[in-house]
Amino acid sequence: MSITYLEAIREAQAKALQDDPRVFIYGQDVGNFGGAFKATKGLAKQFPGRVLDSPISEDAMTGLAIGAAIEGLRPIVEMQFADFSTVAFNQIVNHAATMFWRTNVSCPITVRLPCGGTAGSGPFHSQTMEAIYAHYPRLVVLTPATVEDAYSMLLAAVAIDDPVIFCEHKFLYYHLKAESLPTEAFPVGKARIAREGRDLTLVTYSAMVHESLAAAEELRGQGWEVEVVDLRSVKPLDTDTVMASVARTGRLLCVGESWPWGGVTAEVITRVVCEGYDLLDAPPQRLNAKDTPVPYHPNLWSAHRPTARTIATAARKVLQS
Amino acid sequence: MVQSVAEPATSGDVLALREQHLKAYRFMLLARVLDDKLASLYRAGKIMGGVFLGRGQEALSVSIGVHLQEGDIFAPLIRDMAGRLAFNEPILDAARTFLGSALGPMRGRDGNIHRGRPKEGQLAMISHLGAMISVVNGGLFARRMRGIKGTVGVACCGDGSTSTGAFHEAMNQAAVEKLPLVMVVADNQYAYSTPTERQFACRSLVDRAVGYGIPGYEIDGTNLSECLKVVGGAIAHARAGAGPQLVVASLLRLCGHGEHDDGSYIDTKLKASELGRDCIKLAEHLLKQQGWADVATLAKWRAEAVQKVEEATAAAQRDPAPDPFEQNYWAALSNPQLLEGNE
Repeated sequence: MSITYLEAIREAQAKALQDDPRVFIYGQDVGNFGGAFKATKGLAKQFPGRVLDSPISEDAMTGLAIGAAIEGLRPIVEMQFADFSTVAFNQIVNHAATMFWRTNVSCPITVRLPCGGTAGSGPFHSQTMEAIYAHYPRLVVLTPATVEDAYSMLLAAVAIDDPVIFCEHKFLYYHLKAESLPTEAFPVGKARIAREGRDLTLVTYSAMVHESLAAAEELRGQGWEVEVVDLRSVKPLDTDTVMASVARTGRLLCVGESWPWGGVTAEVITRVVCEGYDLLDAPPQRLNAKDTPVPYHPNLWSAHRPTARTIATAARKVLQS
Repeated sequence: MVQSVAEPATSGDVLALREQHLKAYRFMLLARVLDDKLASLYRAGKIMGGVFLGRGQEALSVSIGVHLQEGDIFAPLIRDMAGRLAFNEPILDAARTFLGSALGPMRGRDGNIHRGRPKEGQLAMISHLGAMISVVNGGLFARRMRGIKGTVGVACCGDGSTSTGAFHEAMNQAAVEKLPLVMVVADNQYAYSTPTERQFACRSLVDRAVGYGIPGYEIDGTNLSECLKVVGGAIAHARAGAGPQLVVASLLRLCGHGEHDDGSYIDTKLKASELGRDCIKLAEHLLKQQGWADVATLAKWRAEAVQKVEEATAAAQRDPAPDPFEQNYWAALSNPQLLEGNE
């Protein structure tokens, strides 16, 4: 048996609905149709009245989830594409994120953002939003890179009493497969060493973990041992694991699919430089998407985001400096 | 679907009508006295942040509060002191929040009109007021999922909020889900300084009800009897399962947007018109005319309201202020283990 990243997301939702009567799913086309990507396939039938189509109203979808959360439910909101969550931005960052701070009432909503580029999707169906949401205090922002994490972190997201932005990567939906679903979960908020190495720490997350692993493999052929750190959760950010790795390697490259201005790669480098400057043997570097909207044409798209090849090139620069 | 309602009550329930009016009037009065006290504390420099008054909107506001029951949900606007008090918000909550007490429901983290107790159905508004409507929808939606029947939610906004996308999304959502939402729009002629002709182009905001496929009611927001009857009726309809209701009340804000604003842009013709009448004075006139309360009783009630307000504001001023060095003030997740170690 093998299970894809997308199936893991569906299975996690099925388990959450099965185990916890407080859980419901609300989003566009998530009902009988099963969602634009089929992440809720069959769930409306299996759990009548708990997997519901919403109008095309991201603000009201999220507002409804907040209101239901106040009443003690555990809503999962599916944004059809992460890009569309900008319409719900106010409810997410000003309402959900401030609720517990302001009122001492928890707001346990999970907002699923199908994010990241796939060839041909263009500027409005390709964005990665984790940096935007992580900027706001008190959102938990998860970026699973593996089938196992997609499953266990989505279950964790539903169980967490605070609003969770669950960034699931569309590029991984069908490509990424595992033999089975995990029975044990690695805790949320802990980074994972995806590959051990002694020469360079490559910090990344989400789909870029796989590009980075491929780059590390390429560099091994040239005699370099690259350590790949999968952040898993960009907020909270596991600085300890990153610092420990940099302490071993003395070199740092951060890779993200988001735009370069600010963001997760900038945050990681800032922390390492501020707290561990003496650990570094060379200036840290980062690699992001180009600072333009995400292009439509596959040729342009593959040049827009970091790939194994461009990551390997950037890594060599750090290794040789 | 659009209705205008202004017929007198039947004689059979005059006694109940009297009690309802007297209860409503006393909350209006308490709200006015409290608002006036807050305005003077603001001018005395005792209040940080904005002070926004309900002056001129008490009749509409109280009509919501007196018809809500325990277990209902109320998302007030910034001028709903009367409705809040009538829906059992402790007077100390307002005093403490405006005066920055660490003991109020917001503990100094948020201020003034943003106060609330969400678990008790008193939602704590964010400034983007249109956003509150779908949150009321969510509470009602959750109750339906949990099999709880007979509760309603009231969301309030002014003419300005009806121009937001959030208003439209939420009204449509409530209609699609047939939720027991009562949307009360206080059309007070100005959104801050912007007059209604720069806010919307339909004849009346109640015409929007047709577009959502829900009943709409237009009322004179200065007339307590009419407000009680129509708002009470809309709440009863929603409670009985008739789906969302829209009430649009015409009135005039009898003050600036906030106490920082002198409201000099308000048209003097509007002030002199029927819209510009003070609903509290009209209510007092009605009570006297009906023989429901005499001058001495009204004076006694006012003195009692003043006493309550003085006690609450004095108590709040004796409270401790929030302490920025108390670690707990900065913990803001329900799950402290998810806070980052370096903070």
